[in-house]
Amino acid sequence: MAELWWDYGWPLTIMVGQSLLVIVGVLVALAFLLLADRKIWAAVQLRRGPNVVGPFGLWQSFADFFKFALKEVIIPDGANKGVFLLAPLLTFVLAFMGWAVIPFAEGWVVADINVGILYVFAVSSLGVYGVVMGGWASNSKYPFLGGLRSAAQMVSYEVSIGFVIITVLLCVGSLNLSDIVRAQENIWFFIPLFPMFVIFFISALAETNRPPFDLPEAESELVAGYQTEYSSTPFLLFMIGEYANIVLMCAMIVILFLGGWLPPFDIAPFNWIPGIFWFVGKMLLIFFMFAMVKAFVPRYRYDQLMRLGWKVFLPFSLVWVVVTAGALVAFDWVPA
Amino acid sequence: MDALLLEYLPVLIFVGLALVIGIALMLAAFVLAENRPDPEKLSAYECGFEAFDDARKKFDVRFYLVAILFIIFDLEVAFLFPWAVALGDIGLYGFWSMMIFLGILTIGFVYEWKKGALEWE
Amino acid sequence: MIVQALAFYLFAAVTVAAAFMVIVARNPVHSVLFLILTFFNAAGLFVLIGAEFLAMILVVVYVGAVAVLFLFVVMMLDIDFVELRQGFLQYVPIGAVIGLILVAELILVIGANSAGDASAAGSALSSSFPPVSEVSNTDALGRLIYTEYAYLFEAAGMVLLVAMIGAIVLTLRQRPGVRKQNISAQVSRRREDGVELRDVKPGQGI
Repeated sequence: MAELWWDYGWPLTIMVGQSLLVIVGVLVALAFLLLADRKIWAAVQLRRGPNVVGPFGLWQSFADFFKFALKEVIIPDGANKGVFLLAPLLTFVLAFMGWAVIPFAEGWVVADINVGILYVFAVSSLGVYGVVMGGWASNSKYPFLGGLRSAAQMVSYEVSIGFVIITVLLCVGSLNLSDIVRAQENIWFFIPLFPMFVIFFISALAETNRPPFDLPEAESELVAGYQTEYSSTPFLLFMIGEYANIVLMCAMIVILFLGGWLPPFDIAPFNWIPGIFWFVGKMLLIFFMFAMVKAFVPRYRYDQLMRLGWKVFLPFSLVWVVVTAGALVAFDWVPA
Repeated sequence: MDALLLEYLPVLIFVGLALVIGIALMLAAFVLAENRPDPEKLSAYECGFEAFDDARKKFDVRFYLVAILFIIFDLEVAFLFPWAVALGDIGLYGFWSMMIFLGILTIGFVYEWKKGALEWE
Repeated sequence: MIVQALAFYLFAAVTVAAAFMVIVARNPVHSVLFLILTFFNAAGLFVLIGAEFLAMILVVVYVGAVAVLFLFVVMMLDIDFVELRQGFLQYVPIGAVIGLILVAELILVIGANSAGDASAAGSALSSSFPPVSEVSNTDALGRLIYTEYAYLFEAAGMVLLVAMIGAIVLTLRQRPGVRKQNISAQVSRRREDGVELRDVKPGQGI
C-alpha cells in the first residue's frame, strides 16, 4: 500500500498541485490584467478607467465575474444547443492547455515535453474552432459572418507565426521550450532576429483578434461578432479564454525572443533576482505593449488585414527563414 | 520511452483540470441565475426587428480558398520543423534539398499572387 | 505500464466510437466534430508509441487545417440531409467491396511486418532507427527525410504545388466590376495630376 502511494499517488498529487497552481495563478493574473488593459486604455485617453470597486478599482474583475455568474444564460431558439455551449468551453480549455508547457523559471515547468513549441503552435491552431463553432451555433447572421471572418483571419496569420518560429528554431536546434530559453544565454533572439520579433508581435495581435485587428468583433462593425448571442458565463468563458490566449502569446514572445527567465546581463545585481520575476516582468512589458497598441492604433479594414497577412508577412518571413538558414550554414554557426 | 510518456501525463491532468474548472464556471450561472425565457430574449439579434432571412449565407468561395492555401503553407511549415532541428546533422545536401522544396512552393505562391487569389474583395 | 495500457484502450475505444459516429450522425457539422475527436485520439495513440512529432503535426495539420476546411464547407453549404440519405442502400455493395479491399491491404501490411521482424531485412530496418532516448523523434525524422528520402520529399513539394494550382483553377471566380485599391498607383501619384489651382474672381464660380 505504501509503495502504491509513493510510486503513483504522491507524484500524481504533485502534478495536480502544480497544474492547479498554474491555472489559478493565470486566472488571478488575468483578473488584474483585464483591469490593467482598461486602465492603460483609459490613461491614453486621459480618463481614469474603473476606480470605484475596491481601491483604485482593483476588485473590478472579481465584481465582473460575480455579475456574469448571476446573469441569466440565454440560448437563442434555433441555436444548436450542444455546440453553442461547447464553443466557449473549448476556447477556455484550449487557452489554458497551452500553459502546461510554459517554463516560468529554470525547471519550473509543469510538463517539459520534447515538442513544447509545436504543442503551443497546435493549441493556437485549434483556437479557430471556438470561434467558428460559436458563430455557427448561434443561428444568426452577425455571429456567423463574424465567426467565419475571424477564423479566416486567425488562420492567415498562423502561417507567418509558423515561419517566425522556424527562424528561432534554426538558432536553437531543439523544440523544447526550456532549451529555447537556454540557447539565449549569450544573446536574446530579439536582437539578431528583430524583424521576426516585430512580425511575431503583430501576428500575435491578429491571431488573438486583438485591436487593431478586431474588425470581426468590433461593436460598430459586426456588433460583437461571434460572441453576439452569448450572455452570462458562456460569454465569461469566451472572454477569459481570449485574454488567456493573449497572455499565452505574451509568454511565447518572452520565451522565443526575450530570453524567458534569463536576466539581461549575467552579472552580480541581476543574478540575485530569481528567474520567475524576470519572466513575469518581461511578460508584463509585452502585455503593456499589447494594451498600448489597442489604445492608439486605428482599426484595419478586413481586406487590408488579409493583404498584410498573405502579401507582406508571409513572403517576408519566408525570405528571413532562408536568410537565417543560409547565414547559419555559411558561417557554420548551426547549433549541434 | 517511459520518461517520454511520463512528461505527457501532466498535460492530460492539466487538460482535465481546465475542463473541470470550465464546466464548473459555466454551470455556476445555470445554478445561481434565474431562468425566465421569453420570445423577445430568445430571438436572434437583428438590431431591433425580426430576422427575415435564414442565417446561412450563400457559399463564399473565398473562405474555402483561404483555408486551402492555409493547409498548403501549414504543411510547408510542418516540413520545416524537423529540418530546422536537424540542420546540424544533414549538412549542405539537406540544406539545398529544402531550398529546392521552398523554391517549388514559392513558384506556387507567385502564381497565386499573379492570379489574384490573395486578393480579398 | 498499467497507465499506458489504460490510456491505449481508452484512446483506441474513443477513436473507433467517434469514427463510427462520423458516418452515423445526422447533422453534418456533428460528423465533422466527431472526425476531429477521432483525430485527437489518433494523436494520443501516436504519443503512446513515442512518435510525438507526428502526433503534434497530426493535430496542427489535420485538426487545425483540414478539419477547419471541412467545417467551413459544411457550415456554408445548405445540405439537405434527408435527400442525401436516400441513395444509401444502392451504394452498400460498392461500399462493402471497398471495405473488403482495405481489410485485405491491412492484413497484407501487418502480415509482412510481423514476418519481416524474423528475417534479416526486417531487423536491419528496425535497427536503423536510433533509440528514442538518444535522439528525439523530430531529430530522427529530420536526419532521414532531407537526405535519404530527398526525392520523395521533393515529390511531396510537387504534390503541394499541384494542390495550390488546382485549388485556384477550380475555385477562383473573378467578379466583374469589383474596384480594388492599387496602392502603388495611389502612392506614386504626383501633385500635378491631382491638384489644379485656378484664379477665381470674387462672386464668380468655376
